[in-house]
Amino acid sequence: MTLLETLPKKLGSSDSWIEKGGVHWIDPSPLSVRELCMEMNIAKARFVTITAYQLPKDEGLRLEYHWDLDGQLLGFPFLLLGNSPESAKIESIYDLCEAVDWIEREIHEGFAIEFTGREYEPLLLREGDKLGVNLRDTVAPSKPASGLSGQEEVKK
Amino acid sequence: MSYKIPMGPYHPALEEPYKLDLICEGETVIDAKLHIGFNFRGIEHLAETRNYIQVIALMERVCGICSNIHTLTLCQAMEGLTGQTPPPRAQYIRVVMAELERLHSHVLWAGIASKLMGFKTMFMTCFEIREKIMDVLAAISGNRVNYSMNRIGGVNRDIEDPLAMLGMIEQLEGEMMKTVIPIFTTSSTARSRCAGIGVLTHDKAISCGVVGPTARASGLGQDLRRAAPYAAYSELDFDVPVEQAGDVRARLFVRALEIMQSCQILRQALTKMPPGEISTNDEKFKFITGTATSRVEAPRGEVMYSVSWKEGSRNPSRVHVRTPTFANMPAVRWMVKGARLADTPLIQASIDPCYSCTDR
Repeated sequence: MTLLETLPKKLGSSDSWIEKGGVHWIDPSPLSVRELCMEMNIAKARFVTITAYQLPKDEGLRLEYHWDLDGQLLGFPFLLLGNSPESAKIESIYDLCEAVDWIEREIHEGFAIEFTGREYEPLLLREGDKLGVNLRDTVAPSKPASGLSGQEEVKK
Repeated sequence: MSYKIPMGPYHPALEEPYKLDLICEGETVIDAKLHIGFNFRGIEHLAETRNYIQVIALMERVCGICSNIHTLTLCQAMEGLTGQTPPPRAQYIRVVMAELERLHSHVLWAGIASKLMGFKTMFMTCFEIREKIMDVLAAISGNRVNYSMNRIGGVNRDIEDPLAMLGMIEQLEGEMMKTVIPIFTTSSTARSRCAGIGVLTHDKAISCGVVGPTARASGLGQDLRRAAPYAAYSELDFDVPVEQAGDVRARLFVRALEIMQSCQILRQALTKMPPGEISTNDEKFKFITGTATSRVEAPRGEVMYSVSWKEGSRNPSRVHVRTPTFANMPAVRWMVKGARLADTPLIQASIDPCYSCTDR
């Protein structure tokens, strides 16, 4: 059996990988993101990135953690339910995997998600810029000073 | 006593704006802090306001060197959401464009590295070679920078006479073997400026998650063209050069050898290119709700796009780009630690950084 095939059992999952959209997906629960990261370190998988999505309405946010295992892209989704600032929190894995440093900082700035247990320095934003304005609808002003929506502003 | 020397954001040694705060003791760098964001254009946000045709033109402008790679990766991801498979000829044309882009990127880098080493003549030689590659790219696409070659389900332009390009490949290989590689490998100046300088150890390369030639110069052998083949790469024969030393010289060797491998790939792709359509010619297609991901081996390493769509929408709901320099750049801190201050411009350039890509 390949490492990819044995990995779900090591992660404590009875499911097998679902290959979809170029990624091998598995639900990482009940593992926390830190436990998952430790397992990935043991498997010698290479951290690739985290992709954040804002879910429709007030459902919250989804974070997809990606690792590469021998050329196979693995994906692990984590949901942050709710749309309050308090709900947009997840443990940082920076101390376990230094490769996540910049992407955690970027998501923190783009989506106003708090990665707990680490400190931040600005990455893309500058002094006075507001967290989440760039990519999170609920934080960005829906109507700019012109009174037009963002879409209308672009079309104009 | 330590003191801080800022390098950038605008500095003669930097091709694009970013900032390195170098903490020095005497002439020795003991630590460094990196600051990016000077090219931040909010492209990921802009992508959500563009339709499925406009977004290709937008993402082509993420980078001026590897513009084709961005549209290739994006189109591959969007093809995952529309269920389209490009015809074989289109897959070969995608390989040809990707390898020509790798060639001009690596030769450009060789020129810049030569300049930073003090080899001005070599800089001119490299740029002369690069012009010939740019001429071929312009002949195929009509453009020198943004080629507009990729579309969902194939490519926009055919290569009418693929075998006519073989002469350029021969000439380029000859120049590399006759001039560039011997000088880079045997010249005492190149050796003294590059050997043992800016070392990224194998272990540090793993923990930093570096990609592309930077990783392969530190003994990590992954190349997505081999590990997770896309386009027509699975039908082509090539080697993945790997070096162990992890220094500037190893990064230089890896790129020089990759130029030779690119020539080999191009020769095969041009000779074996099958006849037929260059796109699926489907004018109407539907995006399914969901997310698709695509990865491609760009000249600097792995590029990854995650694209999310809602059924019935003309615009993506999310486009996330992870570029190779975004993965490689944090490792520069470890490369410059303990280096001489005068070597830092060459060390940071040795990862072939692209800040347009990194900042987006």
